[in-house]
Amino acid sequence: MRALLATLLALALPALAAAEPPRVGIVTPNAPPGTPLRELGYQLYAGNCAECHGTAGAGVAPSQSANGTGDIHAAGPPLRGVGARAADFYLRTGYMPLARADVQPRRSRVLFTPREVDALVAYVGSLGHGPPVPRPHPERGDVAAGLSLFTDHCAGCHQVAARGGYLPGAVAPPLDEATPTQVAEAVRIGPYLMPLFSTRAISDRQLDSIVAYVEYAKRPQDPGGLAIGRIGPVPEGLIAWFVGGAALVGCCVMIGKKAR
Amino acid sequence: MIGRLKDLLVALAVLLLGRRRPGGDPEAERIVPPGSPDRRAEAWVLALFGLATAGSIAFLVVYALDPLAHRTQLLGVALGVALAALGAACLVIATRLVVTEELEEPYPAEHVGDQDAVAQLVAESGDRITRRRLLTLGGAAAGGTLGLALLAPALAVGPVFDTDELAKTPWRRGRALVDEAGRRIAADAIEEEAFYTAFPEGADRETVGAPLVVVRLSPDALHLPPERRGWAPEGIVAYSKICTHAGCAIALYRKPTFPAVEPRPAFVCPCHYSTFDPATGGTVLFGPAGRALPQLPLLVDRSGNLRAAGNFSGPVGPSWWGVRSRKARGA
Amino acid sequence: MIRGIVRYLDERSGSAPLLRKGLRYVFPDHWSFLLGEVALYCFVILVATGVYLTLFFDPSTAPTVYHGSYAPLRGVEMTQAYRSVVDISFSVKAGLLIRQTHHWAADVFVVSIVLHLLRVFFTGAYRKPRDLTYLIGVTMLVLALLEGYLGYSLVDDLLSGMGLAIGYGVALSIPVVGANLALLIWGAPFPGGAEFWSRMYIVHVLVLPVLIGTLLAAHLLLVAARHHTQFRGPRASERRVVGIPAFPGQAPRSLALALFVAAVLVFLGGLVQINPIWLWGPYHVASATNGAQPDWYLGWLIGALRLMPAWDFTIGSHTLVPNPFWGGVLFPGVVFGFLYLWPWLERRVTGQHGWFNLLDRPRDRPWRTAIGAAMVSWVLIVFLAGSADRVAVTFGVGYADQIWVYRVLVWVVPVVVLVVTRRICGELIAGERVEAVRRRAEAEAAAPPPRSTIAD
Repeated sequence: MRALLATLLALALPALAAAEPPRVGIVTPNAPPGTPLRELGYQLYAGNCAECHGTAGAGVAPSQSANGTGDIHAAGPPLRGVGARAADFYLRTGYMPLARADVQPRRSRVLFTPREVDALVAYVGSLGHGPPVPRPHPERGDVAAGLSLFTDHCAGCHQVAARGGYLPGAVAPPLDEATPTQVAEAVRIGPYLMPLFSTRAISDRQLDSIVAYVEYAKRPQDPGGLAIGRIGPVPEGLIAWFVGGAALVGCCVMIGKKAR
Repeated sequence: MIGRLKDLLVALAVLLLGRRRPGGDPEAERIVPPGSPDRRAEAWVLALFGLATAGSIAFLVVYALDPLAHRTQLLGVALGVALAALGAACLVIATRLVVTEELEEPYPAEHVGDQDAVAQLVAESGDRITRRRLLTLGGAAAGGTLGLALLAPALAVGPVFDTDELAKTPWRRGRALVDEAGRRIAADAIEEEAFYTAFPEGADRETVGAPLVVVRLSPDALHLPPERRGWAPEGIVAYSKICTHAGCAIALYRKPTFPAVEPRPAFVCPCHYSTFDPATGGTVLFGPAGRALPQLPLLVDRSGNLRAAGNFSGPVGPSWWGVRSRKARGA
Repeated sequence: MIRGIVRYLDERSGSAPLLRKGLRYVFPDHWSFLLGEVALYCFVILVATGVYLTLFFDPSTAPTVYHGSYAPLRGVEMTQAYRSVVDISFSVKAGLLIRQTHHWAADVFVVSIVLHLLRVFFTGAYRKPRDLTYLIGVTMLVLALLEGYLGYSLVDDLLSGMGLAIGYGVALSIPVVGANLALLIWGAPFPGGAEFWSRMYIVHVLVLPVLIGTLLAAHLLLVAARHHTQFRGPRASERRVVGIPAFPGQAPRSLALALFVAAVLVFLGGLVQINPIWLWGPYHVASATNGAQPDWYLGWLIGALRLMPAWDFTIGSHTLVPNPFWGGVLFPGVVFGFLYLWPWLERRVTGQHGWFNLLDRPRDRPWRTAIGAAMVSWVLIVFLAGSADRVAVTFGVGYADQIWVYRVLVWVVPVVVLVVTRRICGELIAGERVEAVRRRAEAEAAAPPPRSTIAD
């Protein structure tokens, strides 16, 4: 029943379902302008991240979580050694902070200012010896090779034209808003339910091609006209019925005798 | 010279623009009832013909011009306008320029006399025959067997009776696993939280028996059936990449980042979302698949590369009548 | 001049009496009678554009490397079949227009057949003496679905390959003979022997079009032989057909409709991109994409495959019925079985064995209308279930939740629709009776009537 209501609600109010979360739960430290970046990061971390990720990125297992904080499950994976790469990805996509640990993080409005993000990335990067933020070079990549690699490794979830897809338990997001850096980060990190791909599975050169393909897939050539979503038969069927079929029924009504 | 040209033009104009007096032979009885002329409708038809001509010419011009952005769109609009204008002209002709009559006639009835005559004719034609049943039987036998004989060559189009083909795979003990680029796969190159597609070395990849999905699970997460002990060296498991439901490729591996609260690792087929558990021998977690994903036993050779230790735990690909009593066999 | 042509023809064929009769053939006039014509014109356009495409298409799975004008595929290994369709789309002048028009025509062809079928069903036009015409029509729908499936399968892009894999899985799941049948058709286990492509090709471009064309001719001949049905009217009765003559009334109308159908399809073909195969890339057995869907007219089958719980019918260790059979064979079997048996079933139940030239209004046959509406809602729910994954991606509603909701709705909604439709029909009829009584009372109250009025 809940599912039915949710279905109906989401069908009726797509705008509501996609509404952005308000800027709540952000604790902005009262740091003077000259505060060093890492120090600012530490304060932001303590105020916004430590509840779930633990002090100094130690992580919080679900059983340890303190109750009485509304519906927020204060639990999260450890961050030691994840590096600036993961922090950069999760913060700049708006995946973090997350209201509940057991829901899928989704792309949303970034609640921190760019300097705050820089500070947090610097702080998380300093916990352990994690990898830095990658610098992909899509201009060195080959789109055709990228299509093949994308088909082999990514299309099963993200759809072959990178329009996003479904898997039991999650939605693989469409990649039209993913920046080249975020694509490169996600491939190496494997956020949420996504598997990760090390340099032995996908080399940096191949990654450049994949990023080049994703960039191309954002705005591919559409020689056929209106792209209607580039996901194939579902929108095509809607057009066949509600444009083609409707127009031809209109023609029939125009030519034949109308109902009295 | 100019005078004659002028005369010619005037004659042409009169011929084209002049109006005909309506009505044919006034003496004869009409079939189609008369109607009054409608000059505005004629003007409309003329305009629509003009539009159709313009559309067709535009189509020809666009077709003739070389590299042109949005060529398909321009061609489509030009031809579409021509067709639509011509259609509209026909509609104006139908509704305004020809008379719309309402005729009436009786619906056809059945022909009882003729039915009887046909039946009688056929019956009488055969009434010299005395052993009718035997002849019918003989005729049916001849016709039926001839039909079978003519159909028999069609059996050559496929190995109809040899369904053993379905259980064959290129895998056998000792065959190395290779990646998309054909390189052998070292066991220590397989990382947790990642997934890999592997193929049999030196065999055709475009068969349902060939492709594998390979993942590494932590040994304590692994709960394979007891008879599969040793199938997963270092926690590396390999399964057929072809879904047992309808034969699509299992192109999807979900793995949790924070296993405490997120769904467990699983293979998913993106066609109908059948979900298989790599930790328990490929059993079905969700979706319509009715049979577990066949597992391939693995071994690590002396140079540290992955090889098959035998064939799959069952036939690969979509199920068929009696599939569970078959065993995967070498090609 | 006209007389000259007719004379020439009549002298050589003796066709003047036939022509004379044919030109005055009576067409009952109603807009809904034109839906079948729309399907006919779609078919004509499919044949015309299809013939053009065969001039460039190469039905071969021989491997090749693409070096054409579409840069994002350059250097990619693919089959000749896929390569030739990419070339039709990018290198052949007007090739993409024709290809897209062909594909839109296929999609709209089935739309118009379905609309035509609904009209025929809900007005009772399928009854004697037109039941054979109807059965041929249903058969053409089956063949059209198969023809469309083969059409997009031939291209050998990623989606078409996945569609073929599912078709193979469904064929394999048929009890007893499935394995033999699948091997017979494919020639070898999936993806089949090299000759499989030429088989699909000849069936798509020759066998099925000729079958459909022949049945179409029979369908039209039977319609003409028994005349078209008509709605009840002042002059229209079971015995007399009333309408517009073929010439000069109907001919320009039909020609206008044919041209409008062509115009709509060409507009769609030129302006709306359909099946951009260059984005899907070539198919390999080991690759798949999320959100793969068949063309709309097979969407109800993918919905049925997805709705079915994980259930193989097995005795001991012997598999009798693998899962895809339920959604891929049994479900469409029930739907088409219903369509084929309905005229006979209705005759049995109502005991009406006579001829019917007058059409019913849907409300006049509450049970037929209710059962038909329930059937439509049943197929529609299963159809919607087929797009649950796109709903999950677009609106964020859990897929598994949706599937469970649909598993309930698929049995509840038809029953609700049956009851509600039956009730609405009853109410409409009752309302009309009340209205008639009121009018009669008013007429009697205004006595003496100023002059006799013609009812309706």
